[in-house]
Amino acid sequence: MKKLITSGAITVDSIHKSSGRKWTIMEKLFLGLTLPQYIGQALRNPLNWIFAIIFAVGIPIILGRFFFGLSWVSHSSNDYPWGLFLAFGLFGMVPLSSSGFLLGSACEVFGRHDLEPIERLGLLNGLLGYFFAVVFLLIDLGQPWRLPFPMVVSFGPAAVLFLVAWHVSTYLSVQIAEVSTSFFEWIGFPIGVRAIRKITLGLAISGIILSTLHQGALGALFTYAPGKVHPLWYSSSYQWIHFFVSSIPGGLCMVITVSTIASKTMSWRFDKRFKDSLDRITISLAKGASMGLATYLVIKLMSIAHDNKWAYLATGYGQWYLVEIMIGVIMPMCLFAYAIHHNKVAIIRFSALLVVIGIFLNRLNTALITFNWKLSEREIPHWREVAICVTVYAIYIVVYRFILYRLPIFYQWKTQEEFALAYVPETEITNLGNFEPALAYATETEANAFRNTETVTS
Amino acid sequence: MKRRDFLKGCLIGGAAASLGAPSKSWAVGSFEGYPDAMGVLVDTTRCIGCRSCEAACNKEQKLPEPDVPFDDTSVFKEKRRTTEKAYTVVNRYEANDGQKPPYRKMQCMHCNEPGCLTSCFVNAYTKTKEGAVIYNGNVCVGCKTCMVACPFNIPAYSYSSAFDPLVKKCIFCYHTRLKFGKPPACVEICPQEALTFGLRSDLIKLGHERIRQTPDRYVDHIYGEKEMGGTSWLYLSRVPADQIGLDTTIGNEPVISNVKDFLGMVPMVLTIWPALFSGIHLLATRNKDHGDDHHNHSEQEGDKK
Ligand code: SF4
Ligand code: SF4
Ligand code: SF4
Repeated sequence: MKKLITSGAITVDSIHKSSGRKWTIMEKLFLGLTLPQYIGQALRNPLNWIFAIIFAVGIPIILGRFFFGLSWVSHSSNDYPWGLFLAFGLFGMVPLSSSGFLLGSACEVFGRHDLEPIERLGLLNGLLGYFFAVVFLLIDLGQPWRLPFPMVVSFGPAAVLFLVAWHVSTYLSVQIAEVSTSFFEWIGFPIGVRAIRKITLGLAISGIILSTLHQGALGALFTYAPGKVHPLWYSSSYQWIHFFVSSIPGGLCMVITVSTIASKTMSWRFDKRFKDSLDRITISLAKGASMGLATYLVIKLMSIAHDNKWAYLATGYGQWYLVEIMIGVIMPMCLFAYAIHHNKVAIIRFSALLVVIGIFLNRLNTALITFNWKLSEREIPHWREVAICVTVYAIYIVVYRFILYRLPIFYQWKTQEEFALAYVPETEITNLGNFEPALAYATETEANAFRNTETVTS
Repeated sequence: MKRRDFLKGCLIGGAAASLGAPSKSWAVGSFEGYPDAMGVLVDTTRCIGCRSCEAACNKEQKLPEPDVPFDDTSVFKEKRRTTEKAYTVVNRYEANDGQKPPYRKMQCMHCNEPGCLTSCFVNAYTKTKEGAVIYNGNVCVGCKTCMVACPFNIPAYSYSSAFDPLVKKCIFCYHTRLKFGKPPACVEICPQEALTFGLRSDLIKLGHERIRQTPDRYVDHIYGEKEMGGTSWLYLSRVPADQIGLDTTIGNEPVISNVKDFLGMVPMVLTIWPALFSGIHLLATRNKDHGDDHHNHSEQEGDKK
């Protein structure tokens, strides 16, 4: 892409081409390239070949799960009802998606306009994270076609999962609305943009409410199993607070991580505003994340002290617990503190990655690794289970990339007047990335996924 | 809509939510069980591990052929659990008092306040007035939370079924027997009368009576009388309950008590948050000229300023 841009290709970032003619949808989809150019750059990208291999193996396995049943793909058992799909996919993805509500509320409610350039990335990251958490859920549910049942057929209002179901689905629509501004700008539908603008504050506030509740609710789900979750990862009064609080650094660090990857691979898509403010914003986000981590550490210790569980720290599980806390909380906290003080953005980016890993580790530990600690048997996921997780994750990345390439997330959509006034296409792209998108067939998946988004939105 | 109108709306909405959020069914915390609930007293000191109850259950519930025939005692080499093919299993345990090893039949305990029931988001479980905890496979989504929530690890799932996987567990022979006042199949078949069917309240008296009459035969405890808020199936034993595979660390609080903290907080968040954050928004943006200026949008909207 970088090469193409230097050779004169123009990126789509407004309704009109420089010649004054409107971009057609096809041109927008192909990023303003011609078809051969587009396919050419897609084929040149080695990442796409990796995706192709993953999909070739993984997609048949996903289909197989629906024809041969769960036991064909998963080692979930009567003792371990929740396998890798939920532990990794649902419990891991949701906290990393709290960015939507965090940045939404920071910008819209708290008036932190300095964070605005990255707000849309936060929102999109939230939406996709939730969407794919639901995909993981659908794979894991015994009868996924009954997913709407808790909304329409039969209610269990005293169940935590009932709250989760309602909140996640409501929140998904809130997020679709929030992200749809970018989409409306991109397809050229200003009425939609204005309509959403009017309810932005409302959306942000409902985002806070729904997120507090269901981030917490995911933790509260484990309070159903007081004897099964290892005491170090369990606390009947604090469990939901643990999950909620850890989702704050989780979401912020996920945004840092994604923006880091993007700046290495698709900086051609950044506009000047984003590029100039990224470092500053990364530092602000890191400050937020450190506060979150500190709070998290304190309540973690509190819950151990509260139930006097110090003795467990001396066991094997205890050491594993300390490893998790070291990687996910203490190390990043120290690194953040050092890096913020010395303005070292690279270190911030690295420790943000640690936090993301730490969150995954924590959720995996709670739901799978230390679950049923009283039983002697440990569950080892089936290889197909791992393959499905990798595949869904790959689809997630492809969709993510597809959207980032196109919608005004990293750049501001230019309206006609501004465009006519002062737009100079950026041809100087200074960075390491020599990227490029999707294989012909990956493109198809993308296009499908995209069509879905479209239907949902409309 | 003007921002202020919206904020007003928030406050009103919050107030409405507080009125409209009744404390739902989690108030059941103090539920003591139905007075007419039936139960079964399992006297493990009488059990000889003949596995007749397993066979009877298999027939009554029309379960598939077992992998190992019911008269094969090699199954005792390992500890089994309930599965989609067996709603009840008998295990042999090693007691350290030098006497012959005790056996214990396990199946759903039919809790007074079942974890499975409270955790199910489509309400697939029902605690009937006869004491049985039954399951409705027509609404089950297959989230398997009930299996996580059962403190006794009872519900099993038919993972191998692709199109109609369901939770499988003992239902106290509700549809075929209990409903008509008849004892379950496993109880009826037991040659040792190790299983006694009756009103739960009577069984508790009976259990204490047996302990009183032959105190050296029993540990002075009826497992299930109080555990997890009480269960319909009750156990008497010669050795402490943990030696026959019953979890003695689970306490007497039903599962729902753990979750109440969180559920109780939900209406609060629904009420307080909108007002709180609207307030913060006002404070955060009050003295700024561009309080509403969204730099993500290049269009300037006249009606906002
Ligand atoms: S033993 Fe388990 S499955 Fe049976 S009623 Fe109690 S919680 Fe439900
Ligand atoms: S698996 Fe079925 S019965 Fe169990 S909690 Fe989920 S929906 Fe309810
Ligand atoms: S009560 Fe009925 S379903 Fe339950 S174990 Fe006995 S025979 Fe089986």
